[in-house]
Amino acid sequence: MTTGHPHLGVALDGAGRHPAAWRSPHARPADLFDPHYWVALARTAERGLLDFIRLDDSLGPPSARLPGRLDAVSVAARVAPTTASIGLIPAATTTHTEPFHVSTAIATLDHVGRGRAGWWPKPSRTLAEARHFGRKPVAPDGELTDEQGEFVDVVGRLWDSWEDDAIIRDMATSRFLDREKLHYVDFEGTYFDVRGPSITPRPPQGRPVIGITVDGPDTLEIAARFADVLFVDASGPDEARRLRDRAHAIAEGNDRDPAELRVLAEITVHLAESEPQARRQRALLDARSDVPVPDGLAFVGTAAVLADRIAAWYTGNAVDGFTLVPGVLPWDLDRIVEDLVPILRDHGLARTAYTADTLRGHLDLPRPANRYAHT
Amino acid sequence: MPHSQHPRHRTRIHLAAHFPGVNSTTVWSDPHSGSQIDFASFEHLARTAERGRFDFFFLAEGQRLREHQGRILELDVAGRPDALTVLAGLAATTDRIGLAATATATYNEPYELARRIASLDHLSAGRAAWNVVTSPDAWTGENFRRGGFLPREERYERAAEFVEATRTLWDSWAPDAHVADRDTGVFAAADAGRFAHHGRHFGIDGRFTVPRGPQGRPVLIQAGDSEDGREFGAAYADVIFSRHGHYDAGRAFYADLKGRAARHGRGPDEIRILPAVTAVVGATAEEAQEKAAWIRRQQVSPRNAIQSAEQVWGRDLSDLDPDGPLPDFDPVADGASISRGRVRSGTDPLETARAWRELAAAKGGLSLREVVIEMAAHQTFIGTAEHIADRMEVHVRDGASDGFILVPHLTPTGLDDFVDQVVPILQERGVFRAEYEGTTLREHLNLPIPGPAAGHRHDDVAV
Repeated sequence: MTTGHPHLGVALDGAGRHPAAWRSPHARPADLFDPHYWVALARTAERGLLDFIRLDDSLGPPSARLPGRLDAVSVAARVAPTTASIGLIPAATTTHTEPFHVSTAIATLDHVGRGRAGWWPKPSRTLAEARHFGRKPVAPDGELTDEQGEFVDVVGRLWDSWEDDAIIRDMATSRFLDREKLHYVDFEGTYFDVRGPSITPRPPQGRPVIGITVDGPDTLEIAARFADVLFVDASGPDEARRLRDRAHAIAEGNDRDPAELRVLAEITVHLAESEPQARRQRALLDARSDVPVPDGLAFVGTAAVLADRIAAWYTGNAVDGFTLVPGVLPWDLDRIVEDLVPILRDHGLARTAYTADTLRGHLDLPRPANRYAHT
Repeated sequence: MPHSQHPRHRTRIHLAAHFPGVNSTTVWSDPHSGSQIDFASFEHLARTAERGRFDFFFLAEGQRLREHQGRILELDVAGRPDALTVLAGLAATTDRIGLAATATATYNEPYELARRIASLDHLSAGRAAWNVVTSPDAWTGENFRRGGFLPREERYERAAEFVEATRTLWDSWAPDAHVADRDTGVFAAADAGRFAHHGRHFGIDGRFTVPRGPQGRPVLIQAGDSEDGREFGAAYADVIFSRHGHYDAGRAFYADLKGRAARHGRGPDEIRILPAVTAVVGATAEEAQEKAAWIRRQQVSPRNAIQSAEQVWGRDLSDLDPDGPLPDFDPVADGASISRGRVRSGTDPLETARAWRELAAAKGGLSLREVVIEMAAHQTFIGTAEHIADRMEVHVRDGASDGFILVPHLTPTGLDDFVDQVVPILQERGVFRAEYEGTTLREHLNLPIPGPAAGHRHDDVAV
């Protein structure tokens, strides 16, 4: 918590978090596959000087009712040149994919975004996704998480497999590269072996920011070992603080400085000018949903009350920040940027300008040293 | 005008820009050589090509860093991005030019790759292309969890099934399946994205999550030159990336490929054949020749010459003087393994050594480096802008190709001269577009937009 204000990101997916969001009059369901929709959302978030946008993904339909979604890494790359500062954290899955491909895709996103890439590694837990690949049955949850940890580990190694100064362009010796600064990762794991080095030079941030969702002890373990950002669901500040303390302890046990973890609570938000209005809008959506509306920490009300809650959690030392999940897009994102952020700013709880040009910079995280460099 | 089966078209040239590759043809020692990885370099070349109204911008791939004598090769440009991710970025900074990514069918799975390419098609408003390649070796496979490789004869069989599966996925949303009707609560047609493909290499079913793209299906490019590769290209490809840039070889290849396509029931206008070529533009013919010779020398440094000889001789030759004669001994028999990750011509090293010696003798005793410079020279068009425009027009008019994929030797400014000087002449002559006429890559290539699920449903395929 070095910034003096909570880190704030927004989660963007489809027409918003609510299963019936796309039926809201404020949604744009015809535009979900149009790049301009995503560019507009990213620019709005950047106007709010948020740390990042997070883009969800999976290797199957997001829901039975809304069975379409574009590849999140590609969407992030598409919006990167249309924005200047905001961090971009797409999901890329770890169950049926290749660590080598994911490592180069995220490294490339960091090159395209000039140091603004993150990665949200997620296992694919469903039978439907397994059938899209036809290679293996669905493994037990513990195994999928174990594989996710191994995957994240090897991707980090691949990002380090080029030292920053591996490209020398030395005319005297006719060498473009110094091979001493390239490293075989020679990873041998339970789920895969990867030789390396990467085909992609080290990304501008050294290693793009890794954000992992914590949904149990196993994911807390791998997140505290490998992630920079922990996305946590907590019922209140006390639970969040407990999770954060445990993450810090696990990090220390793995020779990591706990100060390099950012624990962000998820809050789904339905915002309006008045609480009754927000409740009415939410109730209309609930009535239009033919599937149960997921639980989780949902806030329904005004930006002012949400700002108070954010302030209370943050000043109570429960979290490092928040991932706000708009119930309906672009509506709730607009409310976040136009209503919530100015209130937070008045309280000294949101930045007044970007002070860094990388995602690590926004999160007050140092550029990591290369594990393979001797110097 | 009488209708004929093969109507005579006016000459129409298609042009593509190849981002410089990771081999010695890309010159990094030039003071104007820029980064091979900064996004700005990709932007520059793609925008230059778009300024020249090119059909598409092309990125190659290689999933393992090249090695020589068991160690990472240091002499050539190396390090490149994930192609699809860079192209998604370029979709933001360009408006019309097609965006073509090479991706191997060997170390990918249809669902994931089809989804990424289809996403690019949406994000670029219909400008995506996929150059399908196969990876022959277990050595590259060491970077992948599914690292097992296939015997050569199965490579194209698997690739063909991969392409079939990919088309099934791309066709799985009907054009009007994305309904988004708030009032009725129907976001998508009930069967949107539903697919099944069950074959020898892939057994997959479920729902694909990307609606049909703006150009129906992304454009398919193929580059294989073997017998199997040609058959595969003739059966599936919209564009053939050919290596036959010279006139006679080009005509032979063109006739062969279009003949094969006809045997697959495809018309000659359903397939575009574009060879990789280089162009060196000069104010005079002499200047262009001088420039071309200078580029050739830059491409082959003394150490690079030794390395090339080591690739043929299959052993360390670092004691040799590059400005001296060729080795007086014969190559070792299985020298092919000394260098990895390079596209090999597949010729016998003894034969290659003989050819090199003959060349050295015929030209009055060339040095080792001079021989390598001569042998490595793949320069296609050298001359004034007028001359190059003439030659290009003749090639396309005479059926040596439908156009060209230009491979510059310099990142990222290597096409500036061509676009500024040759393109305007082609445009003035009416053999190349002055403005984009359509918005999608299929429109640029003058290829039909495939109907939904037409022509390759399982029950339509003659077995």
